[in-house]
Formats: sequence, structure tokens, C-alpha cells
Amino acid sequence: MAYFFETLIAGLFAGLMYGLVAIGFVLIYKASGVFNFAQGAMVFLAALVFVTLVEHGIHFWVAFAATSALMVLTAVAIEALVLRPLRNRDPLTLFMATLGLSFVIDGATQFFLGTDVHMLDVGIDDIADDYGGLFISRFDIIASLIVIALVAVLAIVFSKTRMGVSLRAVADDTLAAQSIGIRLPVIWRIVWSVAGIVALVAGLLWGARQGVQYSLSLVTLKALPVLIIGGFSSIPGAITGGLFVGAGEALADIYLGPLVGGSVSTWFAYILAVAFLLVRPAGLFGDRDIERV
Amino acid sequence: MTTLQDTVPETGPTASIVTNPAVLRLALVLTSIVVAFGVVPAIATDYWLSSIIIPTIVMGLAGISLNLLQGYAGLVSLGSAAFMSVGVFSAYNLILRAPALPLPVVLVLAGLTAAGVGIFFGLPALRIKGFYLGASTLGAQFFFQWLFTNYPWFSNNSQSLTISAPRLEFFGYDLQSPVGRYLLVVTVTALLIGFAFLVVKSRLGREWMAIRDMETAASVLGVRVASRKLQAYAISSFFLGITGVLWGFAYLGTADAHTYNLDKSFQVLFIVLIGGTATIFGNFLGAAFIVLTPILLDHLVLSANIAYLSDQGAITNLQRVIFGAIIIFILIKEPDGLSAWTRRGAEALRARLKT
Amino acid sequence: MSMLSKTIALATGALIVAATLNAPVQAQDATGQQLYPLFTYRTGPYAPSFIPFGAGNIDYLRYVNEVEGGVNGVKILVQECETAYTIERGIECYERYKNGFNGALTAAVYPHSSGLDVALTDKARADKIPIVSPGGGQNIATDGRVFPYQFPLIFDYWSEAQIIVDYIAQQVGGYEKLKGVKIATLYHDSGYGRDTIEPLGILSKKYGFEDIQIPVPHPGEQQQAQWQQIRRAGADWVFLRGWGVMTPVAIKTAARVGFPADRIIGDIWSGSEDDARPAGVAAKGYLAVSVFPPGTDYGIIKTLKEKIVDQGKSDLKDNSKFGTVYYNYGVIEAITFVEALRTGQQKFGNRPLTAEEGQWALENLNIDQKRIIELGAEGLISPLKTTIDNHKGETIAAKIIQWNGESWNTRTDWIKADSTLFADVIKAKAAAYAAEKGITPREAASN
Repeated sequence: MAYFFETLIAGLFAGLMYGLVAIGFVLIYKASGVFNFAQGAMVFLAALVFVTLVEHGIHFWVAFAATSALMVLTAVAIEALVLRPLRNRDPLTLFMATLGLSFVIDGATQFFLGTDVHMLDVGIDDIADDYGGLFISRFDIIASLIVIALVAVLAIVFSKTRMGVSLRAVADDTLAAQSIGIRLPVIWRIVWSVAGIVALVAGLLWGARQGVQYSLSLVTLKALPVLIIGGFSSIPGAITGGLFVGAGEALADIYLGPLVGGSVSTWFAYILAVAFLLVRPAGLFGDRDIERV
Repeated sequence: MTTLQDTVPETGPTASIVTNPAVLRLALVLTSIVVAFGVVPAIATDYWLSSIIIPTIVMGLAGISLNLLQGYAGLVSLGSAAFMSVGVFSAYNLILRAPALPLPVVLVLAGLTAAGVGIFFGLPALRIKGFYLGASTLGAQFFFQWLFTNYPWFSNNSQSLTISAPRLEFFGYDLQSPVGRYLLVVTVTALLIGFAFLVVKSRLGREWMAIRDMETAASVLGVRVASRKLQAYAISSFFLGITGVLWGFAYLGTADAHTYNLDKSFQVLFIVLIGGTATIFGNFLGAAFIVLTPILLDHLVLSANIAYLSDQGAITNLQRVIFGAIIIFILIKEPDGLSAWTRRGAEALRARLKT
Repeated sequence: MSMLSKTIALATGALIVAATLNAPVQAQDATGQQLYPLFTYRTGPYAPSFIPFGAGNIDYLRYVNEVEGGVNGVKILVQECETAYTIERGIECYERYKNGFNGALTAAVYPHSSGLDVALTDKARADKIPIVSPGGGQNIATDGRVFPYQFPLIFDYWSEAQIIVDYIAQQVGGYEKLKGVKIATLYHDSGYGRDTIEPLGILSKKYGFEDIQIPVPHPGEQQQAQWQQIRRAGADWVFLRGWGVMTPVAIKTAARVGFPADRIIGDIWSGSEDDARPAGVAAKGYLAVSVFPPGTDYGIIKTLKEKIVDQGKSDLKDNSKFGTVYYNYGVIEAITFVEALRTGQQKFGNRPLTAEEGQWALENLNIDQKRIIELGAEGLISPLKTTIDNHKGETIAAKIIQWNGESWNTRTDWIKADSTLFADVIKAKAAAYAAEKGITPREAASN
């Protein structure tokens, strides 16, 4: 039984990380109505810039601030060069544009910073402690606390501040929001910037575990099922969906994998997502109506 | 080959024999046949056939397959490559386990297998619309990649889980040479294009477009929406299945699950968006773009000789940036895809001819 | 109407493209040179390993060209072609260079990708071009009678499994002590990763150790469940057959569940600096199999430092990569190419070789201990002798290396695999392949 719980807990921690990546998608989806495939490339960009700065002897928080500033600049550039010219186009075109954007971002990142694998030490030991027979990593616990804190901050910002209210207005009805004077480009810039900073945090936590390298940008592929399960437009949904996927994958690998002769986690999340689409298309927390037949 | 929008006949005093569309169309079809079956095999080098012309045609065909689904029926698929892989693995096993079957039968059966799979993964289309459908087809993408790497039976227990193309022959005629493989590809493509035309001009095609444009109205008018949608998935997957066989056997000479990965699915999607939705001709422009751009960029770097001035790795990454930027640029500037360029060129020329 | 002009537009476009593609890329005539088409993957997830690997290749060939004046006077022309590690772009590169370039002849193609190696099998057979994959070829292609044009030189994963078991036997005090020892293989869930299931099954029956096989799905960024399984099974050793990001994650996760790093032995593709370093302190003591031993103390590596790197002629942009696993791998690969050219020149004369001559040369390679010393490659490569029967090399050997937290240390001398153990199984597989494809194997004595 302890084995079951350890697997479950490990899956849940992994799920929180998925959720963290998914939050970046949710923010952008709410504001721009696009599934931003380039989010993974942004995670890679942020992590690589950060680790390069730190390797040049720059202090952790200075590097963090500088990288955040770069992410804001990137967001402004994306808004001006990609989103604005493509406004009012169908979601598939926007999706393809973000695919192109992901080529540009990860190509440019490696053009300037090289393709080396970097070790990233964020100063948290990744050693398991014994909690009554369950071994849980200190890194996992601290990372979870960081994710929870980040979600709390975002939740407060987006529910209490004027900016958050504007964002919700845009998400609910873009035309009405514009007609009462909300400036869409400003909202876009802010949201993409916040998504960039979320990408930085995600990049640091993922990068600390697997090294900062190109494969960081592949986390995007885990985010889609998470979003379908949690709902595309809800931050709590992203976290819950992440937990669902993380725990489901870990357990399926252990209990379902041996029955079918191999690991199943590459597609398990998607099958789970399809099941959700059939049963509850809006996802667990989706507040924007999905187009249904 | 033409876009389907250009079907309005021209009449009036200016329509002479030169500008009569029916005559022109016939002439063009005949010319295409002569070029495709006579001129190209006669003048193209092996390099051109094997590494440029064949992949362009096959990818163009993949674009047509997805276009039937997306451009005409308004449905989404992010897993085109999965259906291609179903096609190639079916064909391989059919040839392996029933060697008596002639190639055309194998192709049709492989297409039908893919069509069956397509119907299954199209089922969510009965419940949901739009981008979300992508998730289901993306599920197909990952599931089949897993299936073909996990069960070595599909690749006849080969060590690397890779299947290699069987000997290609058509009633005793050897198709192994580049020209032979080209002729196979071109023939299959021509037949499938003909089939695609029949489909989109038939009642089925018109009802797809009705569903795409006005689903509610269509169902009020008596269109059986559910079965039409599944038929769209079936026919599109049938095409993709055959495309997959051509890609594996006639182009690569090999196939494994990884050959038909997500990148390939995205490439097919790019072809449709770049070439233009709801056009047949545009798909080949899109395919040419996808196949040629990386090669041209590579040549450009070599001929400019900047490779030695700078870091080669940096340059290849720069190519990636340029490729992405071109895609964004086309999406922004040409909402209707590259085929809009030629259409505009055509209009300009027509205006000149008329004066 | 519109169709006419569309056709004109298309034709014009096609002409422009054709002109660009057919234009002589570098006009200078390269007759009299030997072409080395260098298949690169400087982009994509595997770029970090290619960059030092490509540099090792290029640096050695530059050394041969500029310091030794070519191979018996024949200069080697390196032409890069980016495959991005995809098969279709690899095929385009193959088609582009299979017939030479501007007069320089192609003697062999090194595809630098196991998938591409398989994909080129039939084409190369038809075109009669040798395909060489040191360390990454198809094991069944060892049988040169069935695969005249495939050269899976130097290493294969079945031998690797033997070497691992041999090393573990040494550690526990002999083969007879292996009974009851639990060896878990954590493998990348792909054709590559599954390749060791069969030989380990045979070895486990033979020596009585317990064989545990655990797959990790690609890319392998989550392995908590797998490592808990390893801990629960009470594994004594882990054979880590990783790929890319899977390796550092495995090492870190092992530390998290409390599995000691010095009981994990990595595969040759899990044994580079980029595999161990990202795992930080957790990797200290981690072991790996190495056929491309890292280090800068080998004669030829020192020479390259002096004549190429210090002269600013190296392809490396970051000199800290000098002497790393992948750099030395590149040097070793280039040595196999140059030595094949020398072998062929002894028979055909001191001129560029054709592909057919290259095939003969690769099939009659004999880099013995004496030649290794002449090359200054003692300790860097083990003897390599190919025959028509054996396209891999008659003795297969590897070292075990250990990560000290900063760099790799060599832990053992060459451990030789018993080449007779699996020879029949491989031959039988090759025969089955020949039957499936309708190939008549060549006679061993026909050459």
C-alpha cells in the first residue's frame, strides 16, 4: 500500500508541474483565445537565458529580474508582430502561427545561446526524506509550495485588481470589453508577459530536475490534455487537470503498463482527455462554453 | 488541377476559343498528363525524383487528404500522420502475410484500414466542434506511435522496429527504380485527385460544405450531419492511409512509428494552411514549400559560403528562425494561402488578355 | 483561363527553384579529392551531442589534410548536410552526395543516425554505396554476406549487455556468484531500448542472475514510478539504457529514492558529460560503458590540441568540449574513415576511392595494436578487423568509466565481449532477413 501511495504522491507532484505549465496556456487562452504552442519554447527561452546569466556569475535574483524583463519584451514583440496582425482570424490559424513562433523562439534561443545542456542548481536538495515510511523529496515539497504560492498570487491579481477584471471582461466578451474602453493590445501585452514569467518559474523547476535543454520545450505536449481535463480558461482547472494527469499517468504506468507490455504514459493522458471530451466537454472548471454539437 | 472556386464558366463576347474554360481545362489536363508521365520521367535526374519530386507529390496528397476533412467538411485533425502510419503498417503486414495480393489491392485495403481507424477517432466529432477535436486526433497520434513501438509483431519482430519497403511491382513490372517509384506515386495521386474531385462535386461534398458553413441550417434542411462527418473522417483517412504507404514505400524505402510523428502531422497542417483551404492545387504549392524551404536554405548557406565565416550550428538554428518567420508571414499576409498568389496572377493576366 | 497563368506561374517558380538547386554551389573543381559528406544535426534535441562529435570529425580530417598533407596525398573534402536527425532530410543528403560532388568521389556514407542507417539499407544496396555507423549500426548487418554495404562498426548492444554482465561479475567476485543478483534494465521505450531484452534473457538463463526489465516512455522526464519499482524489486544493479534527457532524470530520481549512483551503469548513449553533468551531485560515482573513452591524454588527442585547437583551426566554438566523450567519438569515427581509405589505397593506388572500392576497403579493415600505436590512439580505440563475415569487427570491447562530479575517469581497461556467444543468433536473424527480402548471401570466400 505504501508503494501505491508513493506512486500516487509522486504522480501528484509531477501533476503540479504540468499544471504550472498549463497555467501559462490558460492565461493566454483567456486573453487571446489561442492555444499557444510556443509556450514550451518560452519555457526553454526563459530557463536558458536565466542559467546563462547565472553561469556568468550574476546573482540569482538579478538574473531572475533580467530574465523576467526579457520575457516582457518578448511578449510585447509577439503582440506587435504576430497577434495584432492576426486578430479576428480563426483559432486554427492562430494555433499555426504559434507553431511558427515556437520555431522562431527556440531557433533564436539556440542561435544566441548555443545548444549545450546546462545544469541548473536552484539551491534545493533533491533528496528524499522519510515521512512515516513514505519517501518524499524535499525538492518536490518546495516546488509544490512555490506553485501553490504562484497560483494564489495569480488568483488574487486576476480577481481583485482592475487589470484582472478587464481580463475577465475580455475573456467573456471581447467586443463588449472593447466597447467599454478596454484596450485589447494592452491586455495582451500584460497577459503574455505574465505567461512569460510563469514560463520562467516552470523552466527553473523543470530545468533543475532534467537540466536546461531543448527538451524543455516538449512540455507543451503534456499541457493539452491537462487543459482539456481542467478546462481551457480556468487556473484552478489547470492545476486540477495537472494533478489528474500526473496521478493518472503514474498509476497507469505501474498498474496498466505491465498488462499491455510497456509504458503507457505517452498516450494515457490523451485518452483520458478524449474521455473527458465525450463526457464533460467543457472540462472540470471550464467557464467558456465549448462549441458543442 | 485547379482550385474549385474557379468553376464559374465565362461567357459573353470576349470568350473566344483561347479563353474558353472548358477547352482550356481539357488542354491543361492533357498537358499535365503528358508532363507527369512523359516529360518529367524523361528529364528529371534521380536526385530530383528521389528527394524532391516524389516527397512533394506525396506530401501534396497528404495535404489534399486533410483538406477534404478540414477545408470542405470544416473538421479538425492534428493527427494526420497517425492515419498515414496505420496505412503503411497495414500494407506491410498485408504484403508480408498475404504475398499473393497485387499492389493496387494492398493500397486500397491499407486505405480502408486507415478509414476504419479514422471513423473511430472521428467519433468525438459527433459531440464537439472546433479546435477541441484536435485533442482526439492528437490522441490517435500518440496511441499509434506507442502501438507500433510496443508490439514488434507489426514490424515482423525486426530488431529496430522498423519495416523496410517490400519489392514494389505492378503485375510483374518492377517499380524499384526512381522512375518506377515516381510513376507509382504519380499514378496513385492522379487517381486519388480524380476521386477527390468526384467527392467534392457530389452531393456528399456539397453537404460537407453546408455543414462547414452552417451546421444548424444544414441539419434543418435534412443533411444527416453525424454520418456525413464520419464519412469525412473515413474518406480523409482513406487518402491518408494510402499517402502513408507511398511515403514509406515509394519515398523513404522504410518506415517506423517515429517517421509518422507529430512533426509530420503539423507539416500536413502547414501544407493546408499555406497552400490554402478548400483547394486541390494549393496543396502541392504548400508541399513544395515544406519540402523545398529547408533544402533551399541549406543551399543558400553553402553557396553564400557563410558557413566558414560563422558557426555552422548557429546558421542551422537561424534557418529554423527563418522557416518559422516565413510561416507566420504567410499566415498574416495570405489568409487564403499561396494559391491566392497564382489566382491573383491569373486575374491580372486575364484582364490583360481581354483588353 | 486562370489555369493557364497558374501553370505559367508554377513553371516560372519551378524554374527558379531548379536553377538555385542545380547551380554549382561552390564552383571550384574538386577532382582528385575524396568526399566526406558530413551528415549533421546541429538543430533539434540531439544537437548538444552532435556539436562536439562533428568537431572531432572535422578536426581530425583537417589535421590529416593540413598536417599530413592528405591521405597519401589525397585531400579530403568535407561537405556538411543538415539532417536535423530526421530520416527524410537524411535521405535528401544521401541523394545529394551519393555520386560525389564537383568531381570529388564518395567512398562511404556515415549517416550518423540509426534510423537513417536502416532507411538507407535498400537504397545503398541498389546504389552500391557503403553505409558506415560506428557504434550505432544494425546488429544483424554484422553478417556482411547478407549486408554487403552496411558496416555497423565497433559496437552493438548485445555485446554491451555481455560487457555489463562481465563487469558486474567482476564486482561480485566471479560469474558463479551472479546467481540471485538482481540486474534491472531501465530502457528507453523504443527499438533501441528494447534491443537488450533478448540478450539479457539469454545471459540470465546462462548465469542465473535475475533479469528485470522496466521501460521508460520517451522522452522520459518523469521516472518516479519506475525507480520506485526498482527499489521495491530490490535491484542490486541498474543498467541504464537512456537517450537524451532520460539519463540525467534517471540519475536524479535514483538519488531521490536512495539508489546509489555507483550501482547504475549507463549505456554508451548515457555516458557523456551532458548526460551526467545536469544531474549535479546525484551523478557522483555514476558508471557508464564507453567505447569512445573521454580524455585529453591520448597521443592523437594531444596532437590535435597542438596542431589544430591551439592554432585556432578547430571546429569547436567552446574549447571545454575538447576531449569529451563525443569529441573523441568524432575523432575515432574519422580515424575509421581515414584508415579505410589507406586500406583501399594499398590495393587500388593512391587516389580517391570509388564507393565500390570503399566497400572493399571497409570489408578488409585491419587496425591492429601496432597501427593503433602508430596512430597515437592507444587506449582510445581497441583493435578493429573486419571481414566479409563480420562487418562489425572481430573483437568488441568497451571500458567502464566513472563520473567524479566534474569529469569522467576510466575505471577499467578494455572488457572484451565473447563474440562467439551470440554469433549464431545474429547469423540466424540475418538469414531470416535474407529469406524475407529474397537476397542470396554472398559466399564468404568470393573476395
